[in-house]
Amino acid sequence: METCNCVEPQWPAEELLMKYQYISDFFIALAYFSIPLELIYFVKKSAVFPYRWVLVQFGAFIVLCGATHLINLWTFTIHTRTVAIVMTIAKVLTAVVSCITALMLVHIIPDLLSVKTRELFLKNKAAELDREMGLIRTQEETGRHVRMLTHEIRSTLDRHTILKTTLVELGRTLALEECALWMPTRTGLELQLSYTLRPQNPVGYTVPIQLPVINQVFSSNRAVKISPNCPVARIRPFAGKYMPGEVVAVRVPLLHLSNFQINDWPELSTKRYALMVLMLPSDSARQWHAYELELVEVVADQVAVALSHAAILEESMRARDLLMERNVALDLARREAETAIRARNDFLAVMNHEMRTPMHAIIALSSLLQETGLTPEQRLMVETILKSSNLLATLINDVLDLSRLEDGSLQLDLGTFNLRAVFREVLNLIKPIASVKKLPVTLNLAPDLPEYAIGDEKRLMQTILNVVGNAVKFSKEGNISITAFVARPESLRDLRFPDFFPVPSDDHFYLRVQVKDEGLGINPQDIPKLFTKFAQNQSLATRNSGGSGLGLAICKRFVNLMEGHIWIESEGLGKGCTAIFVVKLAILECSNESKHPFMQKGPANHGQTTFSGLKVLVMDDNGVSRMVTKGLLVHLGCDVTTVSSSDECLRVVSLDHKVVFMDVCMPDGFEVAIRIHERFTKRHERPLIVALTGNANKVTKENCMKVGMDGVILKPVSVDKMRGVLSDLLEHRVLFEAM
Amino acid sequence: MEVGQMQRTWVEYTKSLFMEGFLDGQFTQLQLLQDESNPDFVVEVVSLFFEDSERLLNDLTRALDQQSVDFKRVDAHVHQLKGSSSSIGAQRVKNACIAFRSFCEQQNSEACLKCLQQVKQEYYLVKNKLETLIRLEQQIVAAGGSVPMEELSF
Repeated sequence: METCNCVEPQWPAEELLMKYQYISDFFIALAYFSIPLELIYFVKKSAVFPYRWVLVQFGAFIVLCGATHLINLWTFTIHTRTVAIVMTIAKVLTAVVSCITALMLVHIIPDLLSVKTRELFLKNKAAELDREMGLIRTQEETGRHVRMLTHEIRSTLDRHTILKTTLVELGRTLALEECALWMPTRTGLELQLSYTLRPQNPVGYTVPIQLPVINQVFSSNRAVKISPNCPVARIRPFAGKYMPGEVVAVRVPLLHLSNFQINDWPELSTKRYALMVLMLPSDSARQWHAYELELVEVVADQVAVALSHAAILEESMRARDLLMERNVALDLARREAETAIRARNDFLAVMNHEMRTPMHAIIALSSLLQETGLTPEQRLMVETILKSSNLLATLINDVLDLSRLEDGSLQLDLGTFNLRAVFREVLNLIKPIASVKKLPVTLNLAPDLPEYAIGDEKRLMQTILNVVGNAVKFSKEGNISITAFVARPESLRDLRFPDFFPVPSDDHFYLRVQVKDEGLGINPQDIPKLFTKFAQNQSLATRNSGGSGLGLAICKRFVNLMEGHIWIESEGLGKGCTAIFVVKLAILECSNESKHPFMQKGPANHGQTTFSGLKVLVMDDNGVSRMVTKGLLVHLGCDVTTVSSSDECLRVVSLDHKVVFMDVCMPDGFEVAIRIHERFTKRHERPLIVALTGNANKVTKENCMKVGMDGVILKPVSVDKMRGVLSDLLEHRVLFEAM
Repeated sequence: MEVGQMQRTWVEYTKSLFMEGFLDGQFTQLQLLQDESNPDFVVEVVSLFFEDSERLLNDLTRALDQQSVDFKRVDAHVHQLKGSSSSIGAQRVKNACIAFRSFCEQQNSEACLKCLQQVKQEYYLVKNKLETLIRLEQQIVAAGGSVPMEELSF
């Protein structure tokens, strides 16, 4: 035994301690062997484990450690050299592997640690993303709310519904405590609380518009946070314990139609805004988020548009109602006017006859009375009566003429007449009066003025007489000159009268008549009034002249009927005036075939007085009538054949018959005419067909014209009339009696 | 009665017929048509008128007697009567016919019956008058005179 330098005395191997060491070594070895097994087992189980080879190393290290401890077991007792060698090898290996492992761990542990941090980082990131997702979803939710709100707003065109819906939906979407709308009053100086989310009273609470906070909100189109203490926000008594919720206000432009220009958004041209105030719930510590503010702004805009649509619709509906009302009123007025016109026409139709008859009686009898023996007094009285009644008769005629003219029912009586004779007659009529007033009257007729013309002689004379009469009436002194000539086509187109379009043609000419006087003249301003009915020139000098004021009005209408124009020129009061009119007359052509098929019977035709041997056919189903007509014609010398039915007529008629008189009240009267036309196609060979009828109306006449009859005569016919009819027929081959 | 007296009577009588409206200008025309070549024109026409009118009045009475009145036929008859009477100058008859026609248009059978009575009445009156007149004329002619048409001037 060697001695050692130990402080403590050498200790012989005790049994108990050895035993415990033995057992511990055993268990350590066991544990050390089982750990890698466990590790392998669990690693195999898990899918992901990046550091396998580390595990192998570690496993090796542990196994060797275990082995070492295991081999240690044999060294407690006396052991052989082999065991010692094995022990040594094991220890050496263990030492090597542990060192390698230790070295390796230096690299690995930081890695492992970083994995951990990364994991933490990712977890944080995931949490953040989750949060953001939540936010986006909320925003989308809000967006959906806005769309729904807009839809709600746009689906109605009623103002109140729009505003109410806005508030309700906003309140719901944003979970507001209160939402209020302030509208500007009519004066524009105050804002009035118009709508709130929660019902409250009074709603008519107003606030002046010029508050700084309100100006601030109005000047920007964003939603602006305002203090909960400002007047617009302090709507209800504050009930919370802590802070009142945050308040936001936004302007709502009240747009007008005129604000929308094409390609332009309404800018600050809108003057009126409403104010929308939104309050978050108090005591909630909620804040206004940016997206919520955005939502509010969007809604405010939508509301503005919806309101303007509603306004437009209201306007258009109002306009339509107004229009309908107007239409009804106009209809009523028109019907009333029609009734009035009808009443007037009826009155005139009756008065036409009724008024003239007594007038004629008075005039006729007065003139007869004049020719009997009268005392001078009586004569004077009778003359006055006559004059007055003549005047009255003229007046009545004028009025009736004028109303017929206005109705358009007056037609010109066209006929051939001597043009120059008309002027001479006017001159003769006017000379007595003019000479009493000592006014010389001169007549100048152009040499190229035709002798004869076709037109309405009576009315032309009336017009000339009226115009000349006026000249005489309104002159106290001076010369009156009447000039008449054929107007040249070029001179006709007068730019002063754009309505007058004279159309020159071969068979017409335009007669121009100028009547110049040096009398009182007319104020140029009064000239347009001259041709209006009943308007008299009310100067002192003329008031005594009498007359109804209708003269020129009637003349104008006659001239218009004759497709002409009449006007008056005057340089002023005291400078005289010139009346000029142009009328269209037809040139008389000397041919038998006249160009106006419906021309009236001309005057003084020296026709035949007997028609000896003229073969005539009379068709009438009334025996008496037939006999009378036959008697008439026989009296006039005709060779008359009578038939009593249309068949018989068609059987008998031939080219020998020059004229066929037929009663068109017979059922087939018109048919016969058509058949005769068909049978005899050459116009100058076939018999002339004349209708005899008791019906004096336009319809019958038109029907006769339609089937091609050459004339219509009204029954009963006198001998003279028949004579005239026959001569006209044979001369002109046409005759239509005025109905 | 001597011719002059008869002629005067005739003139008075004719004038009275015109005054009272039984006859109008058309009758004068007929009288004008009577000349040497046609001496009995008026008588012939008047007789024809009587024949026609009697026939028409009978037809009318029958037509209006029916259960369901054929107004078209009635109107046609009245139209004929109107034509005849106006051709001869029987003014009153003609006027009665005109009124009759308007009721025909309205299809008012009661009024038509009344009108028929009226027309008949007028017809018989004028027939009477015309027969008297013709008798007078015949008496004048038989006595060797001539009917003084030219004295009928108005």
